Amino acid sequence: MDVRLLQRQWVDHISALFREGFLDAQFTRLQKLQDASTPDFVVEVVTLYFEDADRLLNNLWNTLSQPVVDFKKVDAQVHRLKGSSVSIGAQRVKNACVCFIICCEEGDLEACFGCLHRLKLEFTQWKSKLEALFRIEQQIVAAGGSLPMI
Amino acid sequence: MAAPAGDGGRVLHVLAVDDNSVDRAIIVRLLANFRHRVTAVESGVRALELLGMDPDVSMIITDYWMPEMTGFELLKRIKESKELKKIPVVIMSSENVPTRITMCLKEGAEDFLLKPVQQSDVSRLFSRLMR
Repeated sequence: MDVRLLQRQWVDHISALFREGFLDAQFTRLQKLQDASTPDFVVEVVTLYFEDADRLLNNLWNTLSQPVVDFKKVDAQVHRLKGSSVSIGAQRVKNACVCFIICCEEGDLEACFGCLHRLKLEFTQWKSKLEALFRIEQQIVAAGGSLPMI
Repeated sequence: MAAPAGDGGRVLHVLAVDDNSVDRAIIVRLLANFRHRVTAVESGVRALELLGMDPDVSMIITDYWMPEMTGFELLKRIKESKELKKIPVVIMSSENVPTRITMCLKEGAEDFLLKPVQQSDVSRLFSRLMR
């Protein structure tokens, strides 16, 4: 595919991510930290986030599924995911964490399960969209092009 | 884009402490942008082990909330140590809790940064360190 078409695709995709609230300004700051000496910085950090979030979501399910739920532990786990989400610019995931924290504070187990479900959905969507973005980036580089400045 | 190296090309050794792999990667990148030597560890316990072997560290930047040993507890241990107390310690946290900030600064923290830490925060720290 023509490099310019791919670059256009990339711009459209990432613009939509910002417009739809999947990404915020922090993601742009991370992109600015990437340079010739660290060309894969964003992919590497996002991959760490994928792994961290996957693990935390599994841990949350386990913690909520205990016979006696330790809401402080749930709160700590959600706070951790919120922290990572803020650092990576995953705005909607962060917002889902904020709602979850409120349910933890109220000790509402049913609501917490609902929040976990929503959080999983938001993360899965976010992950899927970032993976699509990175696929376009790989195609651009393979075609001899570079990422547009945004 | 890399920032210019520190004062007269002097290379500092910064120890970054954060149990969160995402935040650790980001702070390492921010610090390395200034062309100083960066060592990153995942816990306060590990940080103290490292300081025991190599106390020649110019600055410690640590997350507040960590399991096992918080950043505040690490700060206290450093300030209680004859060999380590002169090392500036900066605390990072994603939560803006005034009482926490005051407590850390009273205990001798050099600064308290809110996450996500920015390039300008790090630049300001290094400028202060160089003076």
